[in-house]
Amino acid sequence: MNESFSLDSIYQEILMDHSSSPRNFEKLEKCDIQAEGFNPLCGDQVTLQIVLDSRKKEIKEIKFQGEGCSICMASSSMMTESLQNKSLSESLKIIEDFRGLMQDKVSADVFENEDLTSLSGVKRFPVRIKCALLPWTTLSEPIKNQIKKGENS
Amino acid sequence: MSFTSNQIQKIRAEFPILFSKIHDKPLVYLDNAATLHKPNVVLESLNEFYKKNNANVHRGVHTLSQRATEQYEEVRKKVCSFLGTTDTQEIIFTSGTTQSINLVAYSISDWINKGDTICVSRLEHHSNFVPWQQLALRRKANFEICELDPDLHIDPIHFEKILKTSKVKIVALTAMSNVTGGIEDIASLSTIAKKYGALVLIDAAQASTHLKLNLSKLNNIDFLAFSSHKIGGPTGVGVLWGKKDLLEKMPPFQFGGDMISLVTDDKTLFNELPYKFEAGTPNFADTVAMGAAIDYIQSLGIENISQYEGELLDFAVEKLEQIEGLEIFGSKNLNTRGAVISFSIKGLHPHDLAHFLDHQGIAIRAGHHCAYPLIKKYGFNALNRASFSFYNTFEEIEVFFASLLNAKKYFKRSGEKRDE
Repeated sequence: MNESFSLDSIYQEILMDHSSSPRNFEKLEKCDIQAEGFNPLCGDQVTLQIVLDSRKKEIKEIKFQGEGCSICMASSSMMTESLQNKSLSESLKIIEDFRGLMQDKVSADVFENEDLTSLSGVKRFPVRIKCALLPWTTLSEPIKNQIKKGENS
Repeated sequence: MSFTSNQIQKIRAEFPILFSKIHDKPLVYLDNAATLHKPNVVLESLNEFYKKNNANVHRGVHTLSQRATEQYEEVRKKVCSFLGTTDTQEIIFTSGTTQSINLVAYSISDWINKGDTICVSRLEHHSNFVPWQQLALRRKANFEICELDPDLHIDPIHFEKILKTSKVKIVALTAMSNVTGGIEDIASLSTIAKKYGALVLIDAAQASTHLKLNLSKLNNIDFLAFSSHKIGGPTGVGVLWGKKDLLEKMPPFQFGGDMISLVTDDKTLFNELPYKFEAGTPNFADTVAMGAAIDYIQSLGIENISQYEGELLDFAVEKLEQIEGLEIFGSKNLNTRGAVISFSIKGLHPHDLAHFLDHQGIAIRAGHHCAYPLIKKYGFNALNRASFSFYNTFEEIEVFFASLLNAKKYFKRSGEKRDE
């Protein structure tokens, strides 16, 4: 494997595009779920905001803000696109699949959002996996909690 | 005197790891502030110790144990000479700077009371920040952070103000910052602290291979800590030097073997200094190898090392300043800096840059450098850091410079597309 191939395998065009012009990068005044994730080692930080539908079962709007490396930013951007208009349980499944992708247990073609495939190069660089995972792990618990809340009500 | 390029080649030949290839490129190791590589004499010392002299120290009457004990104790003398002091009872071996600092912070715990103040500086590494912050919390004491002057050095005016306006029991300051590379004026700062009766601890982890520390001329310092691995010795060993009268008054930090003089069912007499603070089987093999590292550094001469590293720093700063969008976080006066350059490049995240450089064989640090309160205060989440040592060359700095330009180009790709 030559050096430029392996660097390019991680910094694919689509990833660079998401990191330099992240989608859904904005702040909501009001939201139903807000979660902040922090990667203490590299100083990456993301804040995720979600507005649910009236039944509180589906993600109507999802936005993020933060600061991080291009992998973290691109991953956050792609995640917001992937979870838009998904139910909470579908979202949780996508999050779990993405975790599986990083652990090389799930293949990239399970994802409806094809952009996510570009992140599969990251799994070959163990130190960068946590950069890609940050937004996903940040959202995992709050979504589980929201699902539980819905079941109890 | 500095080193000639021939001398540097000879020095490099003593460090086998410097000849590694990383991604098929020659290694350019610029992460010396994190840890220094080990010269052959240190590697051989470890090997020889385990092959010929290994036995537990201070325990056996047999020959091997005596040999190991002699070698271990001999290192205390080497440390004394390294620090410009003479009393081996003041040299405590620990697992590293972090443990040395924690030892003091725990042992003097009872000396700190509600209403007292503990003072650190904005420059401190987490290891010289958190132990004091937590001590203050445990003892309901105040915790004050001395801010920096506009040139990013510890501000003596703010420092004195803290000492004047509160009851400061101890100040903990770095001799050289691992982020800004700033060489701090510990002589004056410790003199100010003494005027107000505060104890002074100096974190010399970063300073130890770059500056001559001469405790015989630094009378106002009470404690000083450094680590073996940052001076080319093995990991897992460090030193706490402390003034004997204080160490004698301080209770042990940990209990166990070696620090005991007599144990009965209901009480224990502790061993004399320095053993009172060395509970458990010490890390003697690595300590002996640290002795070899001290000999090696002293044979090169710390003054020569400082001078050569100063030349590397001047050259590197001159190159880096040519890069558009690159900002150096450190003093503008290079005479007050060690060979550490923290920097950011506009639009290029440190992690991405470090990853790119790794593919060129270049090792730099990216992140918060264990000094989050510092870098956050100045508006960064992460920084790049290139840190140089006596085995680095001007050619390596050229390679680094060229790679930085390439990285900018590489990551600009999609930015340009967006601008269209």
